[in-house]
Amino acid sequence: MEQLEQQQAETLGAIADAATPEAVEAIRVAALGKQGWVSALLKTLGGMSPEQRQSEGPKIHAAREAVTAALAERKGALEAAALDARLAAETVDLSLPAPEAPKGSVHPVSQVMDELAEIFADMGFAVASGPEIEDDWHNFTALNMPETHPARAMHDTFYFPDKDAEGRAMLLRTHTSPVQIRAMLKQGAPLRVIAPGRVYRSDSDATHTPMFHQIEGLVIDKGIHLGHLKWTLETFLKAFFERDDIVLRLRPSYFPFTEPSVEVDVGYTVVNGKRVVGGGGDVENGGWMEVLGSGMVNRRVIEFGGLDPDQWQGFAFGTGVDRLAMLKYGMDDLRAFFDGDVRWLQHYGFGALDVPTLSGGVGVKA
Amino acid sequence: MKFSLSWLKDHLDTGADSGANADAIARKLTALGLEIESVEDASAALGAFRIARVLTAEKHPQADKLQVLSVDVGDGAPLQVVCGAPNARAGLVGVLGLPGAVVPANGMELRKSAIRGVESNGMMCSTRELGLGEEHDGIIELPADAPVGATFADYLGSDPVFDVAITPNRPDCMGVYGIARDLAAAGLGTLKPVDAAPVAGAFPCPVDIRIEDAEGCPAFYGRVIRGVKNGPSPQWLQERLKSAGQRPISALVDVTNYVMLAYGRPAHAYDLAKLNGAVVARRASDGEKVVALNGKEYTLDSTMTVIADAAGVHDVAGIMGGEHSGCSDETTDVLLEVAYFDPARIARTGQALALTSDARGRFERGVDPAFLDAGIELLTRLILDLCGGEASDVLRVGAPPLARKTVAYDPALAGRLGGVAVPEDEQRRILAALGFETAADWTVTVPTWRPDVDGAADIVEEVIRVHGLDAVPSTPLPRADGVAKPTATPAQIVERRVRRAAAALGFHEALTWSFISEAEAASVGGGFWKLANPISEDLKVMRPSLLPGLLSAARRNLDRGATSVRLFEIGRRYLPDGEYPTALVLMAGEREPRGWKTGRAQAFDAFDAKAACLELLGHAGAPVENLQVMGEAGAVYHPGQSATLRLGPKNQLASFGMLHPALLKAYGIDVPVAVAGIHLDAIPARKAASGFARPHYAPPALQAVTRDFAFLVDAAVPAGDLVRAVKGADKANIVAARLFDDFRGQGVPEGQKSLAVEVKLQPGEKSYDDAALKAIADKVVAAAGKLGGVLRG
Repeated sequence: MEQLEQQQAETLGAIADAATPEAVEAIRVAALGKQGWVSALLKTLGGMSPEQRQSEGPKIHAAREAVTAALAERKGALEAAALDARLAAETVDLSLPAPEAPKGSVHPVSQVMDELAEIFADMGFAVASGPEIEDDWHNFTALNMPETHPARAMHDTFYFPDKDAEGRAMLLRTHTSPVQIRAMLKQGAPLRVIAPGRVYRSDSDATHTPMFHQIEGLVIDKGIHLGHLKWTLETFLKAFFERDDIVLRLRPSYFPFTEPSVEVDVGYTVVNGKRVVGGGGDVENGGWMEVLGSGMVNRRVIEFGGLDPDQWQGFAFGTGVDRLAMLKYGMDDLRAFFDGDVRWLQHYGFGALDVPTLSGGVGVKA
Repeated sequence: MKFSLSWLKDHLDTGADSGANADAIARKLTALGLEIESVEDASAALGAFRIARVLTAEKHPQADKLQVLSVDVGDGAPLQVVCGAPNARAGLVGVLGLPGAVVPANGMELRKSAIRGVESNGMMCSTRELGLGEEHDGIIELPADAPVGATFADYLGSDPVFDVAITPNRPDCMGVYGIARDLAAAGLGTLKPVDAAPVAGAFPCPVDIRIEDAEGCPAFYGRVIRGVKNGPSPQWLQERLKSAGQRPISALVDVTNYVMLAYGRPAHAYDLAKLNGAVVARRASDGEKVVALNGKEYTLDSTMTVIADAAGVHDVAGIMGGEHSGCSDETTDVLLEVAYFDPARIARTGQALALTSDARGRFERGVDPAFLDAGIELLTRLILDLCGGEASDVLRVGAPPLARKTVAYDPALAGRLGGVAVPEDEQRRILAALGFETAADWTVTVPTWRPDVDGAADIVEEVIRVHGLDAVPSTPLPRADGVAKPTATPAQIVERRVRRAAAALGFHEALTWSFISEAEAASVGGGFWKLANPISEDLKVMRPSLLPGLLSAARRNLDRGATSVRLFEIGRRYLPDGEYPTALVLMAGEREPRGWKTGRAQAFDAFDAKAACLELLGHAGAPVENLQVMGEAGAVYHPGQSATLRLGPKNQLASFGMLHPALLKAYGIDVPVAVAGIHLDAIPARKAASGFARPHYAPPALQAVTRDFAFLVDAAVPAGDLVRAVKGADKANIVAARLFDDFRGQGVPEGQKSLAVEVKLQPGEKSYDDAALKAIADKVVAAAGKLGGVLRG
């Protein structure tokens, strides 16, 4: 039995010294393999007397367990060391740049149009549209601007040499107001629509481009009056600028398609050289800025829209989308809107996920 | 419309009301709808300029043209001032700018200085330097009794000038008197009556005046004043005209301008010596010519009304007089014309001749047809006062349209339409102050000077604007029950989704002009709508495609140094039969910059365009699975690297690919450009779902199995066709087929290629056995065989 103890001690010593998984395996085969010395001893148990087996059996089994455990432990330790060594070799410099996904943007005009649609949807306004290549009946005549009307000359209209099937002169719409006529003719009354879109006038400087964007609003119903118009515009501007201190100044004005006609100024103060909307304009550093044209829809326009003006009345308003965008988000050159300069778009554009919602706020904070 | 406060006070008695200052008047005008554009007070800038007397004037020791003045500014200590004005002399009383004063004409601050070695303590000023006129030949000379030492501002007195924007419906406010009437109605001052007492004629009007075009010129009142002496008009009249921004010319001309500006009543004075025979209001004959007072020749036609004599045309009626018969300093006898012209005809004539004038602006909007007599008497009185002479009787030919409109009005309409209930007596007061007459039954008679008013809504406007728009209370619009209903149309939703998807894919949304140049339009096949009056040749043709605009934007970005440009636009393309919603994405230059991981920069290729195209089509709701890749993408594309996506051969939804190098060259672009264009209008509308619940689905219990197949096919067979055939080989079992290799070269015969497809099989109730798998494989091979595909061993 001394031999067993000696062999066990030698084997355990060899295991402890084994430097590679292969050496561990060789020891395992030499000890526990079919020809191994532990296996050989186990085989001797069958030829022993019961007494002898009782005294030798446990010793042999203990040796087997000790060798097995030592082998597993050594193998585990070697594997862990090998993994550590491999991982150490796999180290990367994580200060290197990661692949960049390109970032796109939504144009401010589109973003503001989405904001307007969201605000007006809450007030029950649907979005309507109409052609940009219009006929002069929809653009002028039906809006109470007959051919010799002096207001026509103020519109700096772009004309086409073409006439439509009914002999009407074709032109680029000078405002979104013809959509009023189209909406009334198509949908009848009652009616609440906004109509955003491109409009065109032959004019160009830092604040005027020959193409720009307007949004038109139209309400036709029973018992609608100027007070409703005032509330609607106040409510809209408060929601749009997300400020409760919006103060409007209504001024009598003239548009052929409304009567009475009202121009709407919004109060602002100059902060750090920029106009900030809010508060009354009659304060130091303050002023009034024209933002909307509006009025009660002229009876003749309601008639041209196929409705009975004794039964229906309502209001209309129009404003520049680009201007609203500039006022809210701080751009100062309209021409840049139409240049497609990626640097400008990166700065003033909006993220794909900046979807205006009432719960999340229609505006995007700087 | 510009006028000074003192002019306004000619017509508006503000008494001792200290509240009637320039600020209050300006605010009230804006509140009335007569929008103030500016209020300027020339004297405000003159507080630091003092009245000074020149005591001595001696030659400057170093300069011939300069003098050294000793000047008394009233404080006992004479100042030394160097002055170059030829009229500077001892005894002259003028205006001295002291150090610190800012010269209005040039914004320069005066300082104590040495001029050619002589100390100068200020500047004696000219009229122009003080912004008071054009005179600059010498320094201002004031009367000898002007108060030395007083500020020039106090001496001049403050007379602010208002600049008011008059809306086109208010010809009555194109004269100071009409503006005064509005102010008086609003409680600011009292309107003074017009003093137009008739001047008795000393002799019959010697000129035969006739109207042949009664439609264009219903009334022509004329009168001759003979023995006048023309010359400069007096100071007060010149000041009035200057405040209105007009240049004084001569008394006879200035008087007609004055009556126009004060009362909105244009008139014309002819030099009688230049007229021949009868003066006739008639139509011009086609091709007839006249040189107008602006020195330009106009060719007239038979739609235009003119005033002519036996020799020819002397006046484009109501727009501009002729040069030949205008008054000059030699004029001794004048014929006054005060006429009424048809507004529509004036407007058409003015438009046709592209000729604008103050007279046209008033006539085409409608002058007061009841003011002809007053106008001619006011003019006569002024001419007699300023130029002497004697006046003939007034010859009145024709009759102006004096019928007054009546409007059936209901005072409750102020509340129903205007939103504010104005008491009835207040409404009557306002209307009366504006010249309307209201009968007991509220029939309102409109004054002759208000051609714009013809309905009850107009009366509401008059009442509300004078009452004050501030008084209109905000009234909430009625709101439907519950939360707001969705309002966007399917087309709007598609546009929004495509826009945000494109931005999410890394593209920047650009908005480019709807109109492009003819050359740009030609580069994409030509446009259909060409403007008759473009603002420039670059913006002339309505775009038939979004490509030129985005290509030009890409070029601008590349020119600015960008190496990778990703842009998109959603907008309309303009075709003969309408405007169609379109999306275009463009990628130019590098898809991937050089990188530590990716090596060299990689350019965009046609598959980048395909990927973007399919992604956006999917977001737009197009049935992407059913789209066929076909050819004929068009001449703008690289013929071998472009395709169309179609639903059936005729319905093209999109095209994509690399652009043709020749096109890029035309746009000055030297990097590869890939684009994808989607006709949003061609995407079939989704069948309207009735609700939100989706079809039932439970993930299959058994795992899917994949099998790979490689086929040799002719190199010309599109891979997409093979994949489609494979996928359709056994629809019950094959749920997906994905091409993963396209190999040509060693082991593949010339003219052929090897396409490898991974096929995904989904077992249903029970797992596949070998026989089942073989049966499916046989179907796949047979399907590929129809395209000439041979299974590789």
